[in-house]
Amino acid sequence: MASAKEIRGQIKAIQNTGKITKAMEMVAASKMRKAQQQVIDARAYAEGIRRVIANLMQAHPEYRHPFITPRDEVKRIGLIVISTDKGLCGGLNTNAMKKAVQVLKSVDVAADVMNIGRRGGMFMRRCNVPIIGSVENINDQPSMDEILGVVQVAMKHYLEGKLDEVHLVYSEFVNTMTQMPVASRLMPCPMPEEETHGGYWDYLYEPDSKEVLEGLLQRYIESLVFQGVLENKACEHSARMVAMKAATDNAKSIVRDLRITYNKARQAAITQEIAEICSGAAASA
Amino acid sequence: MATMNILVATVEREVYRGEADFLAAPGVSGELGILPRHCPLMAKLTSGELRIQLGERTDEVFVSGGFMEVQPDMVTVLADSAERAADVDEAAALEAERNAKALVESRQGETDLARAEAELAIASARIAWLRKKKKH
Repeated sequence: MASAKEIRGQIKAIQNTGKITKAMEMVAASKMRKAQQQVIDARAYAEGIRRVIANLMQAHPEYRHPFITPRDEVKRIGLIVISTDKGLCGGLNTNAMKKAVQVLKSVDVAADVMNIGRRGGMFMRRCNVPIIGSVENINDQPSMDEILGVVQVAMKHYLEGKLDEVHLVYSEFVNTMTQMPVASRLMPCPMPEEETHGGYWDYLYEPDSKEVLEGLLQRYIESLVFQGVLENKACEHSARMVAMKAATDNAKSIVRDLRITYNKARQAAITQEIAEICSGAAASA
Repeated sequence: MATMNILVATVEREVYRGEADFLAAPGVSGELGILPRHCPLMAKLTSGELRIQLGERTDEVFVSGGFMEVQPDMVTVLADSAERAADVDEAAALEAERNAKALVESRQGETDLARAEAELAIASARIAWLRKKKKH
């Protein structure tokens, strides 16, 4: 059995770890609330643009943009992987990466990857998948500017015909305990549900349909990615909070066990000492 | 009189939601005035002021570009960035303009220059708007 002093050292160390995880849990909890609020704030735009695009699809515009036209032959796909920058958030990234691998395996063609978040980049580099765009160290309150670069890369490659489809993988925030990895197709654009009013009608365009549609579709794609980033942030903080809570509880239970072992060791030492004194006294008498 | 629903949003947040009986928006080729039951219109916006009138009340929102969709009973403005009149701080706007000017002057490469010029245009538009506001 380890000596009482050693056990005391261990208890101290584990208590310190517990304090750190407890602090991380509380930080994550407060960040999670902010991240959730941001997801809610951003919903208005997402809803607005979805409605506008749905209307647009009904209006049968004369101009068909490549972003909405599926290609006959898919030779190469692109994948935007949204992950966290830091670890210590349970199985969040692992689950997202599983989903990403599933997407890559579901098509028979080669793929290029763009990563938003460091963890996804690290994983994809290990898998030897070519990475054509990357952004890391996303702010806790993400802004559109940060992710625009990656989206631009995806659009450029798509328009040049280097990629025939672009997919997006991120974790969706269901509730504090549950985060769900989701994969969706980004380009050609998934069209929102249409409810036909019937009849032919079209918008007036100002200045012209090409410019308006191009700008609008571009923003639609950007907003889809941005929503993904916000959702992923909310997931990151809630997953971290849960993981750190579990770690704190574990630390507590280990300390409890060690304390019992420590007391036993101390007791044994005392008993032994008394026995030695007694036998010494008996021998001298 | 009929009214229409207005939604002004940026990717980050919802800026304005409510009813209106008149809306003036800065279209790329001139100001657009929208009354309820306007025919469907899709317009690109430039940086400028969005005026939303309901009865006697007028709300003003500064937008720096984006798109506007008009349906007979609903107007959706998807702004690239938008600020309510009360939010815009002139000092901050001036600071942004100074930064933008410095960037144009130091010009590093084509892409940076294009971006800096766009920023400068927005900052100037914002300041012009604030000045106009102050005179009233």
